[in-house]
Amino acid sequence: MEFLMAIGQYEFLQKALFTSVVVGLICGVIGSFIILRGMSLMGDAISHAVLPGVALSYAFGINFFIGAVLTGVLTAVGIGYVSQNSRIKNDTAIGILFTSAFALGIIMVTMLKSSTDLYHILFGNVLAVRSSDMWVTVGIGFVVIVTVFAFFKELLLTSFDPTIAAAYGLRNNLIHYLLMTLLTMVTVASLQTVGIVLVVAMLITPAATAYLLTDRLSIMIFLAGGFGMLSAVIGLYFSFTYNLASGATIVVVATVLFFLAFLFSRKYGVVWKSIRARQKRVELSK
Amino acid sequence: MESVISVRELHVSYFGNEVVRDVSFDVEVGSMVGIIGPNGAGKSTLIKSLLGLIPKDKGMVRIFGKETDDVRKKIAYVPQRSMIDWTFPITVMDTVLIGTYPSVGLFKFPKKKEKAWALECLRKVGLEDFRDRQIGELSGGQQQRVFLARALAQKPELLLLDEPFVGIDVASEDTIIRILKELQFQDKTIVVVHHDLSKANAYFDQLLLMNKDLIKFGTVDEVLNREVMSKAYAYQLQFLEKTEVLA
Repeated sequence: MEFLMAIGQYEFLQKALFTSVVVGLICGVIGSFIILRGMSLMGDAISHAVLPGVALSYAFGINFFIGAVLTGVLTAVGIGYVSQNSRIKNDTAIGILFTSAFALGIIMVTMLKSSTDLYHILFGNVLAVRSSDMWVTVGIGFVVIVTVFAFFKELLLTSFDPTIAAAYGLRNNLIHYLLMTLLTMVTVASLQTVGIVLVVAMLITPAATAYLLTDRLSIMIFLAGGFGMLSAVIGLYFSFTYNLASGATIVVVATVLFFLAFLFSRKYGVVWKSIRARQKRVELSK
Repeated sequence: MESVISVRELHVSYFGNEVVRDVSFDVEVGSMVGIIGPNGAGKSTLIKSLLGLIPKDKGMVRIFGKETDDVRKKIAYVPQRSMIDWTFPITVMDTVLIGTYPSVGLFKFPKKKEKAWALECLRKVGLEDFRDRQIGELSGGQQQRVFLARALAQKPELLLLDEPFVGIDVASEDTIIRILKELQFQDKTIVVVHHDLSKANAYFDQLLLMNKDLIKFGTVDEVLNREVMSKAYAYQLQFLEKTEVLA
């Protein structure tokens, strides 16, 4: 109740809430493809790899979005290049390149700015969201949703059956880099809400929750977006009421939702599965 | 007769390791061709290179007299079954619906017409009752029938199947063969990579025997004899004679 009144009262809280809801939504949508393609680690990598881009953007006084997308996509391309052209496995290539980009980013930020800024970039500071940031997030959200809708068939097919996609003349690589670009944009949008370190949680946890609840990709995407938004609202409520770090609180809420699905999903939940198994045994022993 | 597939002096390699060597052949409309040969003979590679999935080092491939890229809509491909994420959130019906994607086109979605057609294809393989199941919940044979239904949904003129009968039940194998023969009757052309020689004579009119090189392309009788087969299966020949595959 107090939370609702505060929202009506404080503009900064409205912006915070609105921004985190949009972030929750688009993280869920993109995250669905990330987990289905087995690219969770890639999600973590890209989110860390935007740091040098953010630092560069500060240095040159341009919008941090541009630099972030640049270094994010560059790292994605670099990872692809190293793993395809050497005997280094994909996860190792990811590990090497994203930590180096991140390390470079930390050095650059500490050279350019105070450590407070680094702290905010790493862990988010949703209550300090400015109007311009909010609109960048909304813009990114719009681009992401429209792109996923427009290329839904192609995203589904290249994720499910890349061989057939290629036989249909689809360029799997192009779709991959399209997704990497969207992923980078989503990461940038999430910087202020949950921060670099926890973005990956917003990408994969709501999507994984949805994955346990449905056998249809379209429904999974809606559910994942829904869980992302729900986590943002509940998380922000607890964060405001008990004065907790907002990003971390949102992530904890998302995780609680995940474990509820993990236990109680009608089809894939641990509890129902064991009940069904027991029923079967009882039935047969009669 | 018009050639559906026309291959001239095709060479394909993986990182310099040559797997298809100087292969030339023509497949005519309405034929059902089995590609046979020992393990590592380049059978799957040949099919993939017809589809342009692997770049060729040299040679020419024409399908319906054109480059593969210009006739993709007419070619349906059923790859080896193992390449898929079986836990993907997709139902049997939606899997078959994928076959309509090439005709639906970019930025559009399958509508009622496509859905009705996909359901009909599912009915042809006898799996309409499984339409809402998740794809991984089916048996191997049922899954293969779903992928055949997806190929049918594409309304292809040419079907390429890679080892479709590996690890599936007899009933599914019979269903698949029956449907392929029906398609052949409608003048569709069918090429199957096949390793079970015991059934080769029952399934195909023509066989293409290869072991990196093309050894023989002809009628079943022309290929399935001791002299020809020994060129591909030097070591396994004694075994083949024992099992009475060869006359």
